[in-house]
Amino acid sequence: MSSTPVTPAAPGTPDVPRRPRTHPPRRPRRLGPGDRLFLTVAIGIPLAALLFFVWLPALASLGLSFTTWDGIDLADIHWIGLDNYQQIFTNYPPFWPAVRHNVIWLLFTALLPTPFGIFLAYQLDRKIRFTRVYQTAIFLPMVLSLAVVGFIWEIIYNPDTGLLNGLLSAAGSSHHIDWLGNADLNLWAVLVASGWRHTGYIMILYLAGLKGFDPALKEAAALDGANGRQTFLRVVFPAMKPVNIIILVVTVMESLRAFDIVYVLGGGVGSKPGMELLSLLITDNIIGESSHIGYGSALAVVLLLVSLAAIGTFLVQTFRKEDR
Amino acid sequence: MTQQSRNPLAARDPGRRRVVGGLFGLGAAALAAPLLTACGGGAGADPKTVTFGSNGADATPKSAYAALTKAFGQDSGLKVKTNTVDHDTFQKSISTYLQGTPDDVFTWFAGYRMQYFAKKKLCTPLDDVWDKIGAGFSDATKQLSRGEDGKYYFVPLYNYPWAVFYRKSLFKERGYQVPQKWSEFVALAKRMKRDGLSPIASGYGGGDSWSILGAFDYLNLRTNGYDFHMSLMRGKVSWTDPRTVAALDHWRELTPYYQQGAGGRSWQDAAQSLLDKKSGMAVIGLFLGQQITDEAIRSDIDFFPFPEIDSAHGQDAVEAPTDGFMLSRRPKNADGAKKFLEFLGGAHAEELYMGVDPSNLAVNQQANTGSYNALQKKSADLIASAKHISQFADRDSDPGFISTVVLPGLTEWLGHPDDGSGTLKKIESQRSRFFTA
Repeated sequence: MSSTPVTPAAPGTPDVPRRPRTHPPRRPRRLGPGDRLFLTVAIGIPLAALLFFVWLPALASLGLSFTTWDGIDLADIHWIGLDNYQQIFTNYPPFWPAVRHNVIWLLFTALLPTPFGIFLAYQLDRKIRFTRVYQTAIFLPMVLSLAVVGFIWEIIYNPDTGLLNGLLSAAGSSHHIDWLGNADLNLWAVLVASGWRHTGYIMILYLAGLKGFDPALKEAAALDGANGRQTFLRVVFPAMKPVNIIILVVTVMESLRAFDIVYVLGGGVGSKPGMELLSLLITDNIIGESSHIGYGSALAVVLLLVSLAAIGTFLVQTFRKEDR
Repeated sequence: MTQQSRNPLAARDPGRRRVVGGLFGLGAAALAAPLLTACGGGAGADPKTVTFGSNGADATPKSAYAALTKAFGQDSGLKVKTNTVDHDTFQKSISTYLQGTPDDVFTWFAGYRMQYFAKKKLCTPLDDVWDKIGAGFSDATKQLSRGEDGKYYFVPLYNYPWAVFYRKSLFKERGYQVPQKWSEFVALAKRMKRDGLSPIASGYGGGDSWSILGAFDYLNLRTNGYDFHMSLMRGKVSWTDPRTVAALDHWRELTPYYQQGAGGRSWQDAAQSLLDKKSGMAVIGLFLGQQITDEAIRSDIDFFPFPEIDSAHGQDAVEAPTDGFMLSRRPKNADGAKKFLEFLGGAHAEELYMGVDPSNLAVNQQANTGSYNALQKKSADLIASAKHISQFADRDSDPGFISTVVLPGLTEWLGHPDDGSGTLKKIESQRSRFFTA
């Protein structure tokens, strides 16, 4: 491992190999023992941590996904090949709903709370009155712990005493709507709660970008006779590219790892009808009184592949544009 | 080590579990398992302290357990350190907990659920404890406390029956009669609905979906009898068997009379609607009593056994889950822990516990039942007269099968109770995954 740290530095910096030629006699070695030690520690430790905490578990779960195991005795691990995958794809009722819900989650988050957060940021950046109050109010959910967010929405969605049903019956009909219990409705109810939180996050990110935006560009656009919408779409938005990329990454990431708010609103017991997500199915199978580590690992590998596909596509797209 | 040994418990909060249970978590678990095993020896433990892992996080059981540990401390001079964890979380993480550095004594449930961990050697046999406490227990209870290898692994504390609860004054006001037979039961529900009540209080939202199993168990016990029910629970009979279909058909007959919005309501809120006379009846356990704060209402609560469906089986089975304690596989203070278990299995401990929490029944026959309220007396009679005692679906069966397959299936079906055979087919397709491996 001691020699590895030196090599990564070379390809990234083209002027390094040239240096020995300018002062060859005084420096027989490019790096002294102190430097070597420092580099070994500075790169070796994170590398070891990365291997140990990320790649080893990832490969272990890949390996375990071809086995059955109850998670207790290592001797009980049995190799079963692709059986888990075959089961999951053909004969696991909650699997396809979970995939569908993950896609819905991604589309919903990308199409509603994210643009709305950008919209709010753009409006609040225009130095309107009480802008700090609005900013604080919209960002507040992001500051709260998820457990608290869960409690708040439980109170809103409670079928008997909830705020929402209270308001609706005040408007005339006294019909109970079972927001979190109805399998056709609960995913949307949870998405609203998640969007409530996500909007504030996106708003603050975008606002930070807008603060660093050069006002001269806007003035120039105004002089050219652009209206508000044109200024935003043609000038501000393209110029904010770095922030846009961050927002896109955050949105995709949040959607793929969607778990916590569903878990909290589902009562902390894994997947519920109508709210199945891949992440929940994984925990369902792995954590519990009788765990099916192999089966859960196979589900985790599926989620890993989906994530890699999303991240890979995104990276390829971004770098292709950069190269041009 | 003593303080650090709490860490496995701290790791149970959802936030940490989200990380652990995430994408790479299982790899980490695979890594951690041998490490934890290696350090679970428990050297340097304090011989004066016994650690106790409790799932009694609600106010009533919590203070009842506190009374027990305090009394034991005074009797024995040993100190009991209690770790209380929320009920659902405790159950969910039990397997990881027992493989890590668990507390010496922990709360658990009788039946298949206990036998599973005994089979996996995650707990210590308690035959020497039973030599001292055995005289107080009936044969049925002894049977419940033994693993498949015939050794004792469990010390029972209390049990409680499931039944159909109602308010006496409401039945009197409206002139309702207690139903014996299924047809009378359905007719009563229909009448209640006409009278503007929710006939059957129902709340299985959030983490409370287990509560529907009480109704399912009784429907199956009454329709098909105890033996079939147990075969179904142990994975020996198909879920698409016509007999299971028949049980579900009876359930469908009842669903129009369930309280609306049940999927988003907690069982506590459902119980409250019964206490408030907004609902007529509730299929629930005696622990309903923990929900009562006004003592005047307690004396107005009564129950009747789940009605007869098939006269061949009558009302011969009672669902009465038993809760108690087990000893972890490598207790840090084995002698102290066994003394604690002897105390917990004795009549005095039961009396102390029931003194604080009157919604359970002592299992030790030597316990003084003189202070029982009317409901407790009636419950004890109900259990004593039963020909068969079942525990509860998630205790009689593989809990993983119940929580990841049966519960989602049945709760989904209750939302649209039409395609029962489709639901049963889905459940059946997963059975082999849990019961043959």
